[in-house]
Amino acid sequence: MTEATETSETGIADVPSPQALMIDHLRNLLGDMLEDASVHQGQIVLRTGVTSIVATLTALRDDQHAAFNQMIDLTAVDYPERPDRFEMVYVLLSMRNNMRMRVMVSVGEGQAVPSITQVYSSANWPEREAWDMFGIFFAGHPDLRRLLTDYGFEGHPLRKDFPLTGHVEVRYDDTLRRVVNEPVSLVQEFRDFDFLSPWEGMQANIPGDEKASKDG
Amino acid sequence: MAEMQIKPITMNFGPQHPAAHGVLRLVLEMDGEVIERADPHIGLLHRGTEKLIEHKTYLQALPYFDRLDYVSPMNQEHAWALAVEKAVGIEVPLRGQYIRVLYCEIGRILNHVMNLTTFAIDVGAMTPLLWGFEEREQLMGFYERACGARLHAAYFRPGGVHQDLPDGLLDEIGDWAERFPSFVSDMETLLTENRIFKQRTVDIGVITEEAALDLGMTGPCLRASGVAWDLRKSQPYDVYSEMDFDIPVGKTGDCYARYLVRIEEMRQSLRIIRQCIDNMPDGPVLAENNKVTPPKRGDMKNSMEALIHHFKLYTEGFHVPEGDSYTAVEAPKGEFGVYLVADGSNKPYRCKIRAPGFYFMAAVDYLSRGHMLADSVAIIGSLDVVFGEIDR
Repeated sequence: MTEATETSETGIADVPSPQALMIDHLRNLLGDMLEDASVHQGQIVLRTGVTSIVATLTALRDDQHAAFNQMIDLTAVDYPERPDRFEMVYVLLSMRNNMRMRVMVSVGEGQAVPSITQVYSSANWPEREAWDMFGIFFAGHPDLRRLLTDYGFEGHPLRKDFPLTGHVEVRYDDTLRRVVNEPVSLVQEFRDFDFLSPWEGMQANIPGDEKASKDG
Repeated sequence: MAEMQIKPITMNFGPQHPAAHGVLRLVLEMDGEVIERADPHIGLLHRGTEKLIEHKTYLQALPYFDRLDYVSPMNQEHAWALAVEKAVGIEVPLRGQYIRVLYCEIGRILNHVMNLTTFAIDVGAMTPLLWGFEEREQLMGFYERACGARLHAAYFRPGGVHQDLPDGLLDEIGDWAERFPSFVSDMETLLTENRIFKQRTVDIGVITEEAALDLGMTGPCLRASGVAWDLRKSQPYDVYSEMDFDIPVGKTGDCYARYLVRIEEMRQSLRIIRQCIDNMPDGPVLAENNKVTPPKRGDMKNSMEALIHHFKLYTEGFHVPEGDSYTAVEAPKGEFGVYLVADGSNKPYRCKIRAPGFYFMAAVDYLSRGHMLADSVAIIGSLDVVFGEIDR
């Protein structure tokens, strides 16, 4: 993920954008907790550590000047190849400044994230959803149950290693007179076409290619 | 007689209950007739939209947005189209922007008519529903005239809208916009000063400004609590910045205030619709950038390049540069946002959909505590929840 830095939206070098001024203010406010800050498409992107997330968000909410009074969204992104697998994203909104911000936190698999339900009540269900979909554990959450998946569901569907078709399918069994879970059996092979043009996107080796490289 | 400790009754509400507005299962802990705790069980309509979108190209992902909040499909498409346009960096021609705003406001009226009339039937008034669905039918007729589908439109595309409007449609929408205010006032005579309706809604489900902000409420539910915040005004997209309209704000934050805000929003939407019709410019409706938008059918008959572009767009799709972005629109229910992570390929790496109803549903526990069982129905009705977007 790139975080392109744009200094000023207006294009005038002398006048810093409100976002740039806010970042200066946040550097003073957050101090060491702020690992990185940039402006991306008019929105501030902050990076902080897992342990300081509650303190960071409390400061962002309570500071008179920043006043990020709403937590709009909370989600995660799965990057299986990274050492810290998940990237937590907190989308905040400051109505006073008419400004949006994303706070990013890297989280390893099995690592507990402090729950921010004490800071923003709106985080309650999104954290449950993140637990359900990614298996990220939120320490201190009042009621961390699965939210969207079925009762008794296993696995975390939005992880990249979870297949699109899932592992089980449900069927109404006429003899048992109830709904039963069964392993997925596809009538035809799952079709996931790779339309990437071979000139730019092909990663896989074509069978027979290895002969050419050996001889050459 | 010795004092007895009575265990609270746990009651199950839904998922197959007409007042549950879809497939909501609500587990209520009751002290007699009073709700002590409400625990909504959602996810019965979970279709894995976000996972499916990761496996589709950017254009194939668009129709999924119709199926989220299926009461106002085009407003959702708008968020996706804006998110992709922002990531790819293309401009929408002015006529395309006007058509989008026009249809977004039609979608807003579609949504509010649906919500207000079903809310009314939840609290015992049947006639508004019967009247309102006639209006919805006409509006869905306008949807059909523009894109061929009454509900699942797939009309807004990254770069504009799919097709230009047919001849005469704008005049017909204009005629309808002349007639519609009389429907709104007729409906108001049935509800606004109705004794039963007021008894069921006034002072029910009150939410203060602070609590509404804390619980992530947006849209009419937030404005009913007295917060003048509308993304169409504060962070305008497309041509909303050129429109002249007002933002109704409630005072009391109860079910009745939410009703009043929506009634007034319909009138304001009509103002925007009239301005769109009056100021509709001529010109293209879709950006002419054949790396993102398809070529015209006529060009494909004559130009080999157009044919190649068409083939590539509908098989491989277009590539979106690496990066992440959050884009939000003011959907009829509230802030509808898309957090899009692109990895440079032709498919989104991650797409998080921020549905306004999700946060309303989470607030049901806060709103219904201490109320009677019958009030929970009024609260759910006034929140305007649609399970397509909550469960995703």
